[in-house]
Amino acid sequence: MSRATLDLWVGLFVALGLAAVIFLAVKVGSYSSVSRSSSYSVRASFDDIGGLKVRAPVKSAGVVVGRVGSIRLDQKIYRAIVRLDINEDYKFPADTGASILTSGVLGEQYIGLNPGGDEEVLKKGDRLQFTQSAMVLEKLIGQFMFNKAAEPPAPAR
Amino acid sequence: MNVLAATLRKLGAMAIDGVWGLGFASRFFLAVLRYSGQSFRRLPLTIREIYFSGVLSLLIILVSGLFVGLVLGLQGYDILQRFGSSDALGVMVSLSLLRELGPVVAGLLFASRAGSAVTAEIGLMKTTEQLQAMDMMAVNPLARVVAPRFWGGVISMPLLAAMFSAMGIFGGWLIGVVAIGVDDGAFWSQMRAAVDFRYDVLNGVIKSFVFGVAVSWIAVFQGYDCQPTAEGVSRAITRTVVYSALAILALDFVLTSFMFRGL
Amino acid sequence: MNLSVSNDPNAPLVRLEGVRFAYGEREILRGVDLTVHRGQVVAIMGGSGCGKTTLLRLIGGQLRAGSGKVEVDGQNLGRLSTDALYAMRRRMGMLFQFGALFTDMSVFDNVAFPLREHTDLPDELIRDLVLMKLHAVGLRGAQSLMPSELSGGMARRVALARAVALDPMLMLYDEPFAGLDPISLGITGQLIRRLNDALGAASIMVTHDVHVSLGLVDYVYFVSNGVIVAQGSPEEIRASVDPFVRQFVDAEADGPVPFHYPAPPLESLLDGVTA
Repeated sequence: MSRATLDLWVGLFVALGLAAVIFLAVKVGSYSSVSRSSSYSVRASFDDIGGLKVRAPVKSAGVVVGRVGSIRLDQKIYRAIVRLDINEDYKFPADTGASILTSGVLGEQYIGLNPGGDEEVLKKGDRLQFTQSAMVLEKLIGQFMFNKAAEPPAPAR
Repeated sequence: MNVLAATLRKLGAMAIDGVWGLGFASRFFLAVLRYSGQSFRRLPLTIREIYFSGVLSLLIILVSGLFVGLVLGLQGYDILQRFGSSDALGVMVSLSLLRELGPVVAGLLFASRAGSAVTAEIGLMKTTEQLQAMDMMAVNPLARVVAPRFWGGVISMPLLAAMFSAMGIFGGWLIGVVAIGVDDGAFWSQMRAAVDFRYDVLNGVIKSFVFGVAVSWIAVFQGYDCQPTAEGVSRAITRTVVYSALAILALDFVLTSFMFRGL
Repeated sequence: MNLSVSNDPNAPLVRLEGVRFAYGEREILRGVDLTVHRGQVVAIMGGSGCGKTTLLRLIGGQLRAGSGKVEVDGQNLGRLSTDALYAMRRRMGMLFQFGALFTDMSVFDNVAFPLREHTDLPDELIRDLVLMKLHAVGLRGAQSLMPSELSGGMARRVALARAVALDPMLMLYDEPFAGLDPISLGITGQLIRRLNDALGAASIMVTHDVHVSLGLVDYVYFVSNGVIVAQGSPEEIRASVDPFVRQFVDAEADGPVPFHYPAPPLESLLDGVTA
């Protein structure tokens, strides 16, 4: 096989391989999603995070704006401290609240940001003031039963 | 008592042989790296080997990728529609390909298609004294024969794995969207929302690169180390395929446990 | 790294002194002394497995002597670094038993291989040199054939052209006559002599073909059991009364070289007693 044909085939092969990588990066994966270099992290504490996992999405109005960076337990106050890595492109007022929500009935859990009305914006290392814990199904059912029991019995006819 | 001692002795001999062999293979690996300069200074040598390892493996990789994708599409749809989430078919197909099946299956195919060919070629060159002749002509066979084949394999493997995954996702799309009728938009958008470039795509590429190094190393070593007889070469080829498969699966476990920990 | 040709033209090109060599426990050579001068063609003869190929590999620097000294052009091969050894080998040519042509290259590319690896000569000059070398072995017309298309004798002549491509000062031949028909055998023998005289080199050939070699070489060493048992010019060898030389030259089945590999007596086996 001549040198030129060989080079042509190998060139084609490498181009095809790179095209596959680019296809995977752009079309299959979300390359533009948060990468560590262009994000800032804020913290939020919760009574109960339910089934929230590291790398769960952080959404605002349904749009993914970041990811959960880490989760740990604060030994003094016994609350979960969650680090949120938010994309540099998105700014939020300083009094933004965070709540743990579930997509669908049995879907994955994510953090929803509810922007407040403050003039100042969140900066790196800030702590979110207003948080709402995860809905835990067992607790909800328990509460429901308790309320039912506490209700006065329906008046007899 | 005698039987026990004999068994223990056999075990000891196996352990010593194993450690010795691994040490020898490691020294060989370092020697190949040391003499790799020429493979990059004289690029045509390496390009030729990319042709033999990469281009000639293209057909089997693309066809296998397509079929693996088709099967994933069928199986995935069957399972997902039980939970009413057949829209997530794209997620399932792409994640299983990018993280596991792409690098692993492409690696296994690469070992049996290209790795065995490299072992056979180097082994036959040794058997017919071509390596010795080269050495006597003051041309180092490690630099001239082994290193280009090693790097050709290392470069080809990640590209092949990426093509395998891309082809597989295409196969999953064919079955899911074209044949079964999953919504096209949901297929792609759910996939894009769930697949992260760094965590999923890049880790898959890193895996395939590591597999490429392992398979190429095993292949050139077995060829270079084989007994210079017809039987020796055939044994070396068998060893290349078996050791490569074991190495790929074991390394896959190790890498996965590092990469996706904390998920 | 001093590799200039030594000053004294009469100094031997190759000198072995008390060379011993063993593969693990198995001793192959037990003290061999041997000298080769420039312009000489020397044959090393002996039965199969007597250590003559090992001797050739020691001179080529592929093996290192366990003890004793292997000197080529005044340099002790045992002490040379890998780079210095490679520099030395550029001035050696070796013909392997079956040619050892590179099967993935054409005849032309095989002969051009050492030139391309070791020189920066322009393509036209390499082409001329290769065609000259091929012409010298009578195979200029076969330049575009692949090694698989050559007969055994032709392959060996191509390998010879490749071995002399860099005009070596020392040629090593490993069984150059094995498996050749009488015509090819004659051609190869003549070529070895002619090339040696044209290059002003020294040649060492390992062979067990007594009659062709005796008509061609300047000096003969007989090796048996790892030592030199006889040596001399072809005339001296023909006239020798040494029992080993006689057995070899007259091709007798039994003699100092026994027909049987060492074994317990046959009777003991027939009696059912194992050693």
